[in-house]
Amino acid sequence: MQTSTINIENIRRDFPILQRKVHNNKPLVYFDNAATTQKPIQVIDSIHNYYLNYNSNIHRAVHQLAEEATAAYELTRDKVAKFINVKNREELIFVRGTTEAINLVSYSWGRQNVQKGDIVVTTEYEHHSNIVPWQLLTKEKDAKLEYIGVDDNGELILDQLDDYLNTERVKLVTFSHMSNVLGTITNAEEIIRKCHKKGVKVLVDAAQSVPHMKVDVQKLDCDFFAFSAHKMLGPTGVGVLWARKEILENMQPFNGGGDMIREVHKYETTWNDLPYKFEAGTPNIADVIGFSAALDYLENIGMDKVREHEIELTKYALEKMSTIKGIKLYGTSDMKKRGGVISFNLGDIHPHDLATIIDEDGVAIRSGHHCAQVLMERLDVSATSRASFYIYNTKEEVDVFIRSLNRARELFRI
Amino acid sequence: MSSADIYREIILDYYRNPRNYGKIDNPDISKRDSNPLCGDELEMHINLKDNKVSDVKFTGKGCAISQASASMLTELIMGKDFEYVKKLTKEEILENLGLPDLGPARIKCALLSLKVLKYGIYSYLSEKLNDATSADKIKEEASGLF
Repeated sequence: MQTSTINIENIRRDFPILQRKVHNNKPLVYFDNAATTQKPIQVIDSIHNYYLNYNSNIHRAVHQLAEEATAAYELTRDKVAKFINVKNREELIFVRGTTEAINLVSYSWGRQNVQKGDIVVTTEYEHHSNIVPWQLLTKEKDAKLEYIGVDDNGELILDQLDDYLNTERVKLVTFSHMSNVLGTITNAEEIIRKCHKKGVKVLVDAAQSVPHMKVDVQKLDCDFFAFSAHKMLGPTGVGVLWARKEILENMQPFNGGGDMIREVHKYETTWNDLPYKFEAGTPNIADVIGFSAALDYLENIGMDKVREHEIELTKYALEKMSTIKGIKLYGTSDMKKRGGVISFNLGDIHPHDLATIIDEDGVAIRSGHHCAQVLMERLDVSATSRASFYIYNTKEEVDVFIRSLNRARELFRI
Repeated sequence: MSSADIYREIILDYYRNPRNYGKIDNPDISKRDSNPLCGDELEMHINLKDNKVSDVKFTGKGCAISQASASMLTELIMGKDFEYVKKLTKEEILENLGLPDLGPARIKCALLSLKVLKYGIYSYLSEKLNDATSADKIKEEASGLF
C-alpha cells in the first residue's frame, strides 16, 4: 500500500476514521478531500488536551491557564508564518476560513479603495466565495466585475487580463491558486507580475493549493493570501488571511469588539496593533491550537512529498478512468499544471445519481456544481462528479472507485 | 433502498424519454423552482378547463430521480380534477414512482416536482382566484415537503 514517495500505511494508522465501515461493512474510500480532509489523531488529541488541561481565554488574563493558552494560540501563528514563508507574523490574521478572509478584504479594503467605474477582475473558475463578495462590493460601489475566461484545456486565458489591465481602471485581481473543480494550478507568478507592473493589487485564494503543494508567499509576491485549515488536516472554523503590513495598517477594521481596540471612549476608539486589529472577539482558540498539530504533521511528511504522492495517484486514476466507456474528463492532462482533483461525467448519468450508486460501494465523492456555477455554465454542464485525493489515499482505493464506476455504468446500461 | 432498486428500467426510461416535456403558451399555472443544494431545476406549466387539468408540461435539468418524478407526475395529473391535484401527498408521489423508501439524501429529488406543483397552485389560487384560505393551506403543505 504505497506510492513511491510516502509510506501510506503508517499515515493511515493516524486517521481513525479511515478504519470505519459504511453501507453494510464496506471500507470507506474517502475521495472528497477538496471539500474537507480527515483529521489525524494528533490534531484531535491536541484539541482534546486544550479543553482538558488549559482551556482559557487568551491575551487578557494574567493567570497561568491564560498564559498557556495564549502561547499555544500564538505558536500556531509562528508555524503558519514558517509554513507559507511569511516574514512578519503580525501580517497573519486568523479568521473562520477562506470565505471570511475574502469577505474581510472585500469589506474593509474594497470599500475604501474601489470606487465608481473601477474594475475588480476575477476568473471563470472561481468558487462562489471569490465571486459573491466582489458582486456585493461592485454593486454597492457602481464598479465593474470582470472575468478572465477558461479555455477548453481548463486553463485561464491570460491575454484577457492584459485587456482589462490596459483600461487602467483595475483595482484588484483575485483568483484561485488551484481550481476546486478542474484542479488547474494557476500561473500565479505571471498574473502577479503583470498586475504589479500596473500597480494593481492581487488576492490569491489558496484554499486548494496550500494543502497540496509547497507555497512560498514571499516568492509569489502577492498582496492578499487566504486559505483554510480544514482542507489540510486541521479543524473546521479556522482560516488564515495574510496581507502586507502597509495595506493592513491602512485598512479599516472588519469587526468591532473586544481585543481589536487600544482605547475605547464614548464616541472614539483607537485600534489595537496588527494582527489583533482584525481579530475582534474571542477567537476559535481550540481549533487554532489544533491547526498547529496539522501543520506539524504536514511538515513532517514534507509538502514536496505530498505533491509527488498526489501526482502519482492522480496520474494512475486518470489513466484508469480514461478507459471507461462514456466517460468525460475535465481539465488538463499536464500533471505539472494540475492537482489531485478530477472532475468528470459518465455518460448521461447525472452526478447525483452516480454519487448515490458509488456511495453504496463505500466511495465518497462530491457531485454537483461545487460552488462554481459560473464554471459549470462555461463547461456547459449543470453538474460534475469530483474525486479528490490526499496523503492517505491509495492506488487500491482508486481500483475500488474504478470498479464502482463500472457498476454504475452497467446499471445505467451505458 | 439500493441503487439497483432505484434505477429500474422504468425510471431510466422516463429520465431518457420524458413524457410531457416542453412548455405551454400562456398557461393558467406556471412555476419554476430549483433545489439550491444540487442545482436541480424544474418548470411546470398547466392549463385547466372545466376544473380539470386539460394540459400539463414540464422542463428541467437534474438527476434521473427528479426528472422521472416530474414526468410521472405530469402523467398522473393529466385529465384529473383540480380538487384531486390539490390534495396530492408526498406518499402518493413516492408510491407512483415506485420509490416508497427513498433515503433522506435523495427524497428531495423525488419531491421537487410536487413542490413546484403545489407552489404553482398556490400562486394560481391567490393571484387568479383570490382564494386566500385554500392558497395558504397549500403553501404550508409545499414548504413542509423538505
